[in-house]
Amino acid sequence: MDALDVARWQFGVTTVYHFLFVPLTIGLSVLVAILQTMWHRTGNERYLKLTKFYGKLFLINFAMGVVTGIVQEFQFGMNWSDYSRFVGDIFGAPLAIEALVAFFLESTFIGLWIFGWDRLPKRAHLASIWAAAIGTNLSAYFILAANSFMQNPVGYRINPDSGRAELTDFPAVLTNKVALITFPHTLAGSFLVAGSLVVAVGLYHVIRNRDSADTGAYRFATKFGSWVVLVASAAVLFTGDIQGKIMTDVQPMKMAAAEGLYTTESPASFSVLTIGSLDGSREVFALKIPYLLSYLGTGDPNGTVHGINDLQAQYATQYGAGSYTPIIPVTYWSFRFMIAFGMAAGAIALLVLWSQRKGRTPSSKWLLRAGLAMPVLPLLANSFGWIFTEMGRQPWIVFGEMLTRNGVSRSVSLAEVLTSFTAFTLIYATLAVIEVKLLLRYAKAGVPDVNEQPPTDDTDDAERPLAFAY
Amino acid sequence: MDLTTIWFLLIAVLFTGYFILEGFDFGVGMLLPVLGRDDRERRVLINTIGPVWDGNEVWLITAGGAMFAAFPEWYATLFSGFYLPLLLILLALIVRGVAFEYRHKRPEASWKRRWDAAIVVGSLLPAILWGVAFANILRGVPLDADHEYVGGLLDLLNPYALLGGATTLALFLTHGAVFLALKTTGDIRERAGALAVRLGVGAAVLAVGFLSWTLSIRSSAAAVVLAVGAALALLGGLAAARVRREGWAFTGTAVAIGLAVATLFAALFPNVLPSTLDTAGTLTATNAASTPYTLKIMTWVAVIFTPIVLAYQGWTYWVFRKRIGVANIPQH
Repeated sequence: MDALDVARWQFGVTTVYHFLFVPLTIGLSVLVAILQTMWHRTGNERYLKLTKFYGKLFLINFAMGVVTGIVQEFQFGMNWSDYSRFVGDIFGAPLAIEALVAFFLESTFIGLWIFGWDRLPKRAHLASIWAAAIGTNLSAYFILAANSFMQNPVGYRINPDSGRAELTDFPAVLTNKVALITFPHTLAGSFLVAGSLVVAVGLYHVIRNRDSADTGAYRFATKFGSWVVLVASAAVLFTGDIQGKIMTDVQPMKMAAAEGLYTTESPASFSVLTIGSLDGSREVFALKIPYLLSYLGTGDPNGTVHGINDLQAQYATQYGAGSYTPIIPVTYWSFRFMIAFGMAAGAIALLVLWSQRKGRTPSSKWLLRAGLAMPVLPLLANSFGWIFTEMGRQPWIVFGEMLTRNGVSRSVSLAEVLTSFTAFTLIYATLAVIEVKLLLRYAKAGVPDVNEQPPTDDTDDAERPLAFAY
Repeated sequence: MDLTTIWFLLIAVLFTGYFILEGFDFGVGMLLPVLGRDDRERRVLINTIGPVWDGNEVWLITAGGAMFAAFPEWYATLFSGFYLPLLLILLALIVRGVAFEYRHKRPEASWKRRWDAAIVVGSLLPAILWGVAFANILRGVPLDADHEYVGGLLDLLNPYALLGGATTLALFLTHGAVFLALKTTGDIRERAGALAVRLGVGAAVLAVGFLSWTLSIRSSAAAVVLAVGAALALLGGLAAARVRREGWAFTGTAVAIGLAVATLFAALFPNVLPSTLDTAGTLTATNAASTPYTLKIMTWVAVIFTPIVLAYQGWTYWVFRKRIGVANIPQH
């Protein structure tokens, strides 16, 4: 074990952890904004209750996303300073823009929304949650543009004197084809999480709390969430399909590694299950669907998909001796888990909708169990998706330009990075337990009572309690 | 003015904004057990910064991102070199941010007590460590010819840097007390006002000592003017605090912190991180900078978006301008 290994583990752990909270922030901010808009449009108190109810769950989660995000920005400099030096000219810009354009919007307007129920005119208050939601979604774009440069570097040149990457075409970085497809794929994956949470909590109250005066609200939430999940599932599939073709084009090794495809094939079959030899150099057993991989990778059932061994040989010629193959079991299984967990959430959403057809009230214990599992499934799918895309890029930190092992901080000792990794792991684990307990507590408590606030008037009673206070 | 100088100024502005804004957040957090005698009073204190602390913290994220984009070498060397202090700052900011949001989520006294501790420690550590870090940036640290930090943790804990930490601590405590006097009513307001004066005397002594030591290490005409301005603003703020002119007192401490940070940057320029070893290791606004193309794009982005951000963030402070007191705290 050396500092490089620990730095990589830390990046993996902190990033996957951060991305447990971010999808819910991205998706739920929009869903809460939609619920609040429905309340404004219809005046129906049911939507106000749901806005406040899901708004609370949103905020419990939001706090975690914010504080774990700061670590992400600092970590590049702390653990990956040679990487930062190499790409700073290009990579820093989207990060700075993300903060200036998106994070300020998000954090300022979320504050206005949380505390502004009685301080702002109704429309301005509604606009606040939309502004926060837009900020959140925008932030995803900029950080994904930065990540896409690592997958498929564009719009740059290598300065022969300094050996560093320099920006030559910023619009090209922002319109990187990997970024353009990863952004909608990530948003769709985020709405999958948010919709699933809305369903799970709603269904719990529909089934467990069937005599509640708010059953109508919960039934609505369950259906609303299920439709969000279904649309998001379709979007995930559609964008994922395009992404696969782009990946085959710009990172063929990642596609081969996703499939455990050792030799080049045309047409190539999609692997349902491949077991490789222990050293990962050839396949021992495989169950396959003919033509499917060629179609997924190239759009043509007879298209050529390059195999790991051929690509390895090609890269060794191009970049010099060494291994250019990711860890195949990791990429192979994370790719499959991503698809399976993501699609499972969509399937349960269909069941939930079916159970409520024509005004029926579901009561099945099994349906409730499946419904409660729903939010976990897309969270796992998102995590495996990121593990796949980042591990599939290895050994590169910037594909074709810089190896991960060359990006680590030279001045940081093993003891330092171990201290940091241990501290983050411990504090993150503790906070995860606290966060989940709070979410469950507030999810079980159900929708709040809402009494219309008296109209805001700055000159009125200074003793009046705040509509919301920490 | 060339682009590297503009970006040096912009980074200085971002950190100045950060310390002015989060300075009082830190102060409020640290004063929680001092000025909040019971849970209701502590909730008053927390709610004075409730709507704004998160937006204030984005100044830091923007400063970090801007440093990465405009001066990657500075960002890389500083963040990897100041590893353990930054780790502590990160851990502190994590528990502190979560504490604001979670503290009121359960009624048990033990739950609240733990989060109160998180707020106090999470405010105290950054309030000291930012001072230590910026003092070291100004003083210089051991950098080799590749601009890699070659010192250890103890190199960062020199007397000058520790005085820097004590100075930011005292300044933020004073700034927080002044802010609380401005934003609360009744008894808390009285106590905060009285405490601000007492804290402010200590802060003034430390600040004058620290800024004088700073100017003896490296200096420029602008730095001297700024340092004198910082001292005068602080004394003016204290005088206003004594006669309970809270708006002026807050203006005074805000300007004092702003000018003190500006003093450090003015004294530092054109260096961004001097080396105490061979001068070849010194990072400057020129050798640490990104290409002119990147700086040009970033300049456009900053020119367009900074005024927008300032406008809506300023508006937030206007929306939440009213003082609050124990009567305004709802039951849950």
